Amino acid sequence: MIDPPLERVDLSRLRDDFPILQTEMNGRPLVYLDSAATTQKPVQVLDAMDAYYREANANVHRGAYALAQEATERYEGARGKVARFVNADSSSEIVFTRGTTSSINMVAYGWGLHHLGEGDRILLTTMEHHANVVPWQLICRHTGAELVYLPIDADYMVDLAGLDELVDSRLKIIGISGMSNVLGTIGPVAVLVEAARSVDAIVIVDGAQMVPHSPVDLPALGADFVAFGAHKMLGPTGVGALWGRPERFEEMEPAEGGGEMIRDVGLHESSWADVPHKFEAGTPPIAEAVGFGAAVDYLSAIGMDEVRRHEIDITSYALQRLAEVPDLKVYGPVDPAARGGAVSFTLADVHPHDLATILDQEGIAIRAGHHCAKPLMRVLDVPATARASFYVHSTTDEVDALVSALWEARRLFGLA
Amino acid sequence: MSLDQLYREVILDHYRSPRHSGSLEHPDAHADGHNPLCGDEISLDLTFDGDRVSDIRISGRGCSISQASASMMANAVSGMTLDEVRDLERRFKEMMSIEEGGEEIDVKVMGDLAALQGVRRFPVRIKCADLPWTTLDEALSQRS
Repeated sequence: MIDPPLERVDLSRLRDDFPILQTEMNGRPLVYLDSAATTQKPVQVLDAMDAYYREANANVHRGAYALAQEATERYEGARGKVARFVNADSSSEIVFTRGTTSSINMVAYGWGLHHLGEGDRILLTTMEHHANVVPWQLICRHTGAELVYLPIDADYMVDLAGLDELVDSRLKIIGISGMSNVLGTIGPVAVLVEAARSVDAIVIVDGAQMVPHSPVDLPALGADFVAFGAHKMLGPTGVGALWGRPERFEEMEPAEGGGEMIRDVGLHESSWADVPHKFEAGTPPIAEAVGFGAAVDYLSAIGMDEVRRHEIDITSYALQRLAEVPDLKVYGPVDPAARGGAVSFTLADVHPHDLATILDQEGIAIRAGHHCAKPLMRVLDVPATARASFYVHSTTDEVDALVSALWEARRLFGLA
Repeated sequence: MSLDQLYREVILDHYRSPRHSGSLEHPDAHADGHNPLCGDEISLDLTFDGDRVSDIRISGRGCSISQASASMMANAVSGMTLDEVRDLERRFKEMMSIEEGGEEIDVKVMGDLAALQGVRRFPVRIKCADLPWTTLDEALSQRS
């Protein structure tokens, strides 16, 4: 018997903050194990967005009236909260975007397009999400640069054996996932930062999973850019952030033009506003940014050390319980301290979509598919995996429900 | 709707031992079907003898519903005239869309395919069962 060591976080109280966790799916209490896809939202986030629309809605950085000033203060206040959450030195290191994907694209088109040429190289790993692959493929088309990859080893860690050979003057950008959305693997950011420095390349970290699931000090990480999104950390969809070093932001061109991002506009030429506004063309997602601010407040109140500790506990429990199910194969590091809370698996010849349907009937939401990581699926030699992923509100009871439903899947497929 | 009615034994049998599996060296028609959302894949080869499907071979990867549907479809359409194929196609699409209390499924006509009627109660899975049929549609359209 495994003792679930989860008393540190007052889970029963915390779950009450999430209205959707009180609902049912297919007549069963909802067991939401898809936080790596998107997280559920606590009332504190919903209330902050609602209050913004009820009390303070106006366009930001424009009107001279008091309401517009209030809207601007809430929007910029949210930027300050996100900046403090990642330990940025200043709010201007945070550019609000539409999410992780648009943050990475902003660097690809704002920096990559203007600094890469024929024969230059971009180094990625084979565990990257499509969001950290496809933008670079597009940039290669525009510039004649080429992509090179670090593989994954048998323990599902990034294989650094061939790194030295790939680090030379042709290398201009390294893109690395801080935490894999499929394997849970924590990316070797520090090693890659050091490698990049030796040849003056830049490092962009896909922080979509890393920032929500572990305490971060982005300036100390050593990377040049870190992309992350609100909706994977209790915030709303439609808003994310790009953290960047001030000197890198200065080297970056705006990928989008429009209102808000200008200093002066003539008929043929314009000049740009200062960072971060230079990269925020058009009316931003104001209420969503406010919700993002409330989400990081919520996480800070729990404490990110506690978030991480809970995640290690629940992942550790899940890995042990899943190991009891015959013919179940987990794809990812076995050490809970070396990984995040996304656990991918397959069960005998039961296709992941069939598993997802069976679990759905039990009220359990998991992801089945390629997880926007088709190159990784080819490396793992599977068309798809099932994935259970955890967050602050996940309980051992929910893991137990998952394991029971997997036994039911075995029965339905004649494996019992 | 219980899962036992979805995952009937005959479906699992077709999933694990697909009929008409493989490809043809000189097909008269070929089509690839792909569901980008879930990754199910079907590759389909056909030969004709006049107006009749003389051979059909299917290869693919995917869930039990898509692969069983493909295997059952291949079994059913092999030897059929094009008109018969069109008729079966129509009946299958109808079976996937019947509301509760609707028209009875003609098991004599549908054969093993009737086992897939449970799929319509799982709306997100209907596209899995449909994939081989839309692929067949595409292959047939090449011919006309």
